[in-house]
Amino acid sequence: MEWIKLRSLRSTRWVLAGGMVATVALGVVAGYNTRSVTGDPTSNVLAGALVGQVVTGVLGVLAMTSEYSSGLVRVTFAAMPRRMLVLAAKAVVFGTVCLAAGEITVVASFLGGMAALRSSVPHPSLSDPAVLRAVLMTGAYLALTGLAGLGIGAILRHGAAAVGVLVGGLFVLPLITGAASRATGKFMPELIAGNSLAAVKPVAGFTWSPWLELGIVALYSAALLGAGGWLLVRRDA
Amino acid sequence: MISVRGLTKSYGGTLAVDDLSFDIHPGCVTGFLGPNGSGKSTTMRLLLGLDEPARGSALIDGAPYAALRWPLRSVGAVLEARAFHPGRTARAHLLALAAASALPRRRVDEVLAQVGLADAADRRAGGFSLGMAQRLGIAAALLGDPGVLLLDEPVNGLDPAGVRWIRDLIRSLAARGRTVFVSSHLISEMALTADRLLVIGGGRLLADTTVGALTARGGGSLEEGFFGLTEGIR
Repeated sequence: MEWIKLRSLRSTRWVLAGGMVATVALGVVAGYNTRSVTGDPTSNVLAGALVGQVVTGVLGVLAMTSEYSSGLVRVTFAAMPRRMLVLAAKAVVFGTVCLAAGEITVVASFLGGMAALRSSVPHPSLSDPAVLRAVLMTGAYLALTGLAGLGIGAILRHGAAAVGVLVGGLFVLPLITGAASRATGKFMPELIAGNSLAAVKPVAGFTWSPWLELGIVALYSAALLGAGGWLLVRRDA
Repeated sequence: MISVRGLTKSYGGTLAVDDLSFDIHPGCVTGFLGPNGSGKSTTMRLLLGLDEPARGSALIDGAPYAALRWPLRSVGAVLEARAFHPGRTARAHLLALAAASALPRRRVDEVLAQVGLADAADRRAGGFSLGMAQRLGIAAALLGDPGVLLLDEPVNGLDPAGVRWIRDLIRSLAARGRTVFVSSHLISEMALTADRLLVIGGGRLLADTTVGALTARGGGSLEEGFFGLTEGIR
């Protein structure tokens, strides 16, 4: 049921495609603008994930909240009273699509960005395990953000509010906590993505293993989905 | 067959449904008549497991809704108009529901033809008129060929052709042995559609009777019979 729902909406396809193109474009621009010889070109060309995560996050939110705004949710739960299963199905279908789209996008960003790099700057290659790790993790991050959006949507049930919380959590929260303590950066998903997951060269303040950092982001998404599922079951439809 | 015993539900501080008990039998149309806010929609939502009752039970063929293996094959319901995503085609909407109930794809074509939406099947449902949207809702309810049908105010906003089409459909489904439970606040339409009547007011069951008996109580007018029962109840 959920796979048919996802693929039967033209708008989802277009938004996702648009997001992928924008992410790759940003990567190419970042690659072109990379001048520093000692910097981290990989991390730079993956900068498009800034846009990509908003797209996947918002699509995740809408995958849930559009059911509430249209009233479809009651039809869905009448067809499938096991609500946890409905959310799980949405998560698997949407997560898989985001992961596939995410990985295609980041690889394209990397290749496009590399093509745009000046000859004076060192050109990393995907055969370098650290570079491959950075690229693939960024793709996974895009999928995890999508799942976080799905979870927030299930919790709040209202599209605009959920998008607000998503964007607030990604971009505003780190600003606030960062002002208080720089050490909290390691826990902020958006900062994790740029400074740890996508980074080949270590960044100050982000010395933890990228695998650990990816685990932290995954934990957030799992917690949001879990809370969303719990509320879905307990609340009236 | 639907069996409700002692069903009670509050939202916040308001008692929406108060100790309802009744049975609904197959083979006839049972009308659920009551003013706005009397608890009709709440009762149907409780029957479908969409809300949890505070007390009491609502069973369909002896089992709670959540225990049904393939719910859409047992119970079809239309609770709201336009309960679909506007960006999806009618066919896609029904295909998704068919997938959820392990129904073959040809059922989708069959119900689309049955409700007269075969030509509009591949159009975005957001562009449907209210009449078409109601027919899509009914198509979804009929998809699993269920023995029980719950319809919450199905004719609201429909033109006379639509009203008659639904009335004829409801009566023919009941005549073929299904259990049909229709709620409405339109008395004249209820007089034409229903056989048995459950009258609800302020969340409580006021009468479990027939159209004929309540009309006789009202001296030949169902409307009078209804107002006689619900006078002063809110």
